[in-house]
Amino acid sequence: MYKILKKQELTTNIYLMDVEAPRVAERCLPGQFVIVRMDKDAARIPLTICDYDRKAGTITIVFQTVGAGTTMMAELSEGDCFHDFVGPLGCPSELVKEDLESLKKKNILFVAGGVGTAPVYPQVKWLHENGVAADVIMGSKTKDLLILEKEMEAVAGNLYVTTDDGSYGRSGMVTQVIKDLVAEGKKYDVCIAIGPMIMMKFVCLLTKELEIPTIVSLNPIMVDGTGMCGACRVTVGGKVKFACVDGPEFDGHQVNFDEAMRRQTIYRTEEGRAMLALQEGDTHHGGCGNCN
Amino acid sequence: MDVMTKIPVREQDAKVRATNFEEVCLGYNQEEAMCEASRCINCKNAQCVKGCPVAIDIPAFIHEVKEGNIEKAYQIISEASALPAVCGRVCPQESQCEGKCIRGIKGDPISIGKLERFVADWARENGIKPQGATEKKGKKVAVIGSGPAGLTCAGDLAKAGYDVTIFEALHEAGGVLVYGIPEFRLPKEAVVAKEIENVKSLGVKIETNVVIGKSVTIDELMEKEGFSAVFIGSGAGLPKFMGIPGENSNGVFSANEYLTRSNLMKAFNPASPTPIMRGKKVAVVGGGNVAMDAARTALRLGAEVHIVYRRSEEELPARVEEVHHAKEEGIIFDLLTNPTEIIADEKGWVTGMKCIKMELGEPDESGRRRPVEVPGSEFVMELDTVIMSLGTSPNPLISSTTEGLETNKWKCIIADEENGKTTKEGVYAGGDAVTGAATVILAMGAGKAAAKGIDEYLSK
Repeated sequence: MYKILKKQELTTNIYLMDVEAPRVAERCLPGQFVIVRMDKDAARIPLTICDYDRKAGTITIVFQTVGAGTTMMAELSEGDCFHDFVGPLGCPSELVKEDLESLKKKNILFVAGGVGTAPVYPQVKWLHENGVAADVIMGSKTKDLLILEKEMEAVAGNLYVTTDDGSYGRSGMVTQVIKDLVAEGKKYDVCIAIGPMIMMKFVCLLTKELEIPTIVSLNPIMVDGTGMCGACRVTVGGKVKFACVDGPEFDGHQVNFDEAMRRQTIYRTEEGRAMLALQEGDTHHGGCGNCN
Repeated sequence: MDVMTKIPVREQDAKVRATNFEEVCLGYNQEEAMCEASRCINCKNAQCVKGCPVAIDIPAFIHEVKEGNIEKAYQIISEASALPAVCGRVCPQESQCEGKCIRGIKGDPISIGKLERFVADWARENGIKPQGATEKKGKKVAVIGSGPAGLTCAGDLAKAGYDVTIFEALHEAGGVLVYGIPEFRLPKEAVVAKEIENVKSLGVKIETNVVIGKSVTIDELMEKEGFSAVFIGSGAGLPKFMGIPGENSNGVFSANEYLTRSNLMKAFNPASPTPIMRGKKVAVVGGGNVAMDAARTALRLGAEVHIVYRRSEEELPARVEEVHHAKEEGIIFDLLTNPTEIIADEKGWVTGMKCIKMELGEPDESGRRRPVEVPGSEFVMELDTVIMSLGTSPNPLISSTTEGLETNKWKCIIADEENGKTTKEGVYAGGDAVTGAATVILAMGAGKAAAKGIDEYLSK
């Protein structure tokens, strides 16, 4: 069992938890993910690693309540346990494998969208701890949905915050900020974009034009997370890859985003029904055509 | 009774079972088992034993069944097999023990599998456990993977007195017995979980949620965690796809995914939080046991199901019983048919599969006649779900993270068939990780051989 040592509601519907998982904490690196199950009958939910403490043997996860599974997970309290917590899965970020001296000479830009800020944070932090300052653009729909701003500020070279509705920081999409920064004379050697699939797609379209190599982290549907099921297959550079073992990070300019977004919707109907059943609770008495 | 004819085994009616996930075969009762056992002529030079990958003393256990000493029969079987209730259900007996039975020359061979199943089920119902070690060896052995190879190896090593820990990547122990083989062929709670309990009762510890190569490496297990030897029984690996256009459309799944959702995650039960596609018309591409399992699962979830296989019925790699059961339940076999393209609508959902008819030509390197396309025979099958059951390729997770562990050109771990020895000192391997996708019993045989190899290595 994997005990929750800390729980915090970062903002409406986005939660942070520190979870005791010594084997994962011992070996994980930025870019990797875990799969959790809250109880013995729960679904397997993949989540990116937001932070880790090797000494304490803990992993920090951040998740947004988007379906029935994550909504129930948000009900867990400090002291409760996850039934299962496996990882670290996937390949570590390319950055952590690179030569530090050459990294220090690079201008690195991170683009974090929404809850995608969580997986960006450990990469920026790792660079910071290794003496590399990276610029970070953080975007969210509105001020209330911003997360980890203070934490990011502490480790980023320059932090640029933007909200779609202009309620905080700059106004507009993250792509606008990239354009503005480049227009201001900033030059970037590499961009790492993590967020909703649609954001990553548009960042990649722009950075391709701007000729900035771009890495994205994909979050397709997964079951086992070890390469066994192939649910997470994505097309990258015309080749089929399994995000769980070949990724989750890929060359963003090679990813077939339209296919990836389409594949994310495979179980949307089932997920919607499950959410409805959860929301209606005892008042859900079928009628949806699927329940008894 | 006619000694040439086997006692028929009771089964759920095909029409009824096609709509539920209850076990198809109901097994013998004691009277039936004793009667069937009495047909055994107790050969001195028993051929059946030679056909058994774990060399169960078959005539001896059958003799005990005939006499009504079921507990004694169980102890005889469990000396050789850690999972008799499983083997009695899923072994391809027709090509192993029963295929060699002398009775089979003129009549029906003895139903050895059904007798084994009866004995194992009886032992479980009567709370009989296998006998553990009397002396401890004081040495730790790590077993990677809790499938048939790992459980067998762990069970044998524990019986020999070793301190054994199994590391399992998934949240539940059992490997393919849990994620691959469906409930209607191998009940999870009633049979698999109990067999695993038996292995645990020998003192074997199981740590779930540990992905070797990711959570910890083999070198770390040996250097930091004090394991003197390691057995790798990590199973088959990554599902293969055909590489035809449209294969990433919504509605195309690997058999591994489809079965894992249904079996491990219980998605066949509408109350499960894990979803599964409940197609109306499903094609399963492939002809092995996994293809039959996927097809019969889809049927039970309400679909019209077609097996699409490029060779003819004779070449179907699945067990005869599985093909027979599938046909009885109403699975349609489109043989000598090969898919060439998956067709999807504008939103990316599968609407059909383009296929071409095949005919058998000259034998290929496998000795089977090679299927060749019949020119101009293309046609489109309308359907909404395609399940690819084409086998697997090895998972590189362990081989790529273990210093000195060599693989062959198919990326399978190289291991000695006799004793499971790999190219790395103290590391042994067996099962699908070594052979590529095969059967439960062959994996068990390899686990058994490796346990012997490890015992010899650690006794030096």
